[in-house]
Amino acid sequence: MSARHHDTQTKAPVLEVTGLTKAFGAVQALSGADLVCPRGEVTALVGDNGAGKSTLIRCITGVHPFDDGEVRFNGEPVRLSSPTEARARGIETVYQDLALVEDLTVWQNMFLNRELKRGIGRFGMLDRRRMIAESQSRLERLLVNMPPVRSRVRRLSGGQRQSIAIGRAASWGSTLVIMDEPTAALGVRERESVEQLIGRLRDDHIAQLIISHDLEQVMRVADTVWIMRRGTTIAHWRVADVSRERIVAAITGADGGNHRATTAEAPTTVVE
Amino acid sequence: MAETATAAGPGARLRDPTFWGDNAALIGLILIGAAFSLLTPYFLTWGNITALLVSASILIVLATAQQFTIVAAGIDLSIAANLPWSAVVFGLTYNAGWGTAGAIVAAIAAGALVGTLNGLIIAKLKVNDFIATLGMLGVMSGVALIASNGQSFSVFSTFLQTLALGSIGPIRYFYLIALVVVLAAHIVFKYTAFGTHVLATGGNREAARNMGIPIDRMRVAVYAINGALVGVAAVLLVSRTGGADPSIATDELLSSIAAVVLGGSSLFGGRASMLGTVAGALVLTTLLNGFTLLQVSSFYQPIAVGVVVIAAAVLSRFQQ
Repeated sequence: MSARHHDTQTKAPVLEVTGLTKAFGAVQALSGADLVCPRGEVTALVGDNGAGKSTLIRCITGVHPFDDGEVRFNGEPVRLSSPTEARARGIETVYQDLALVEDLTVWQNMFLNRELKRGIGRFGMLDRRRMIAESQSRLERLLVNMPPVRSRVRRLSGGQRQSIAIGRAASWGSTLVIMDEPTAALGVRERESVEQLIGRLRDDHIAQLIISHDLEQVMRVADTVWIMRRGTTIAHWRVADVSRERIVAAITGADGGNHRATTAEAPTTVVE
Repeated sequence: MAETATAAGPGARLRDPTFWGDNAALIGLILIGAAFSLLTPYFLTWGNITALLVSASILIVLATAQQFTIVAAGIDLSIAANLPWSAVVFGLTYNAGWGTAGAIVAAIAAGALVGTLNGLIIAKLKVNDFIATLGMLGVMSGVALIASNGQSFSVFSTFLQTLALGSIGPIRYFYLIALVVVLAAHIVFKYTAFGTHVLATGGNREAARNMGIPIDRMRVAVYAINGALVGVAAVLLVSRTGGADPSIATDELLSSIAAVVLGGSSLFGGRASMLGTVAGALVLTTLLNGFTLLQVSSFYQPIAVGVVVIAAAVLSRFQQ
């Protein structure tokens, strides 16, 4: 367990969020949220429904503009205005609905809006053969239970769909992959294969940010865990240094807020 | 698991009920054709097949137009008014001395204009496809009547006569044009990024948006293409009838939708099958043709067409 953590002091942060705030009218959705996602690590974001996890992610990826605070990506302050812009910078988000088109094939979904063409400009014909071959080789490397790339997504199981969506997100030179509840709808075996995929992306030095309600899973796959409550990140720990009970207490507020001291004592991965 | 289906041979495909659902129109066409061949010796003659293809051509072009909107999870009810409107524009511009080429361009542009308006109303003003095009159906039938003073009029053009009657060897120009339109649509859906984006927009609008596809622009584009193809159909119509009739009561609207649905494209969008759509249009035309050969009263024809459409819908339940 600790073996995978010992070198974390050398891992540069891909994403650093400090003091992010966002109000929707009179509702303060975020009131000073922080977050750090280091390269090659899995960062878990946990918290009750309505704690602001999804809003935080949407502000990072440019779905919503944020009011105040700073988002640094690879050290550079950024203010993204759309998910497309986020994607161009290597930030991919896998939402719960997966954004797969069921009537299209696996390879068509892999290359959706990134089609390879022969010929000139936007009027060139699709290079189907190359897209099929590249989808095959990219997914083969990541997935154990590889569905045929020519089959329609409609024919795939939930776990296969999830894997395709994650595989697509990870295969575009991404440096940060954000996943919203990646295994919420899956059975045990499928969940395991998705968790294996997350492990493989870590080996590829991709930074991963995972929203999850499944604390057992957080303990299994994450390196650090950040707790959100009422629009702020109130604590974060190395997963190796914290118990499940401690996390639950922080999420629910049952610890009376004494996590703050712990957090201050145990600053995690940020390096200067 | 499911992945075997794509790799398996033809035997497995025939046992797969989705194969029958996906190819309902083609199978129906073969069955109906076989039945008429047994019932009358005149059915399977080159002369009759040619007549059948010629009379199917306008429907095939209109069904292709309809295919574009249905694939994007839309529908165009204004076809029934856009067709006579574009025909009237052709007639007026031609008779005003624009020449054949000018009149053809004008008719296609007039159709595309109506289609673009449909698309803008649907995508920008967020009006339901059904309501927007139903409204446009009313508006354009009125405009066509006003533009032509409510009169039908003749259009004399040797070019149009050649188009209607001429041929390259045994192949008539008339259905050759329909064939070109169908092939172009097939290439768009299967081999272009634009076509893939249209399919994605119809199949899962949210996913398409998430992947950065400009879905509003895609929807305006499919209605513009739809309208332009209605313009092409209008040129064929004028060529076939020798005139423009603003009040032509067309049953081609329902037929165009029926052809697409018969062909296995979902009314909910996301799936395109040009082969199916052509087969669907041919099924409908073959029924009329066969009934005429058998001298069945024309009163029975709409009943047969309706029954076939419903039967195809039942078959399509086996589609995955």
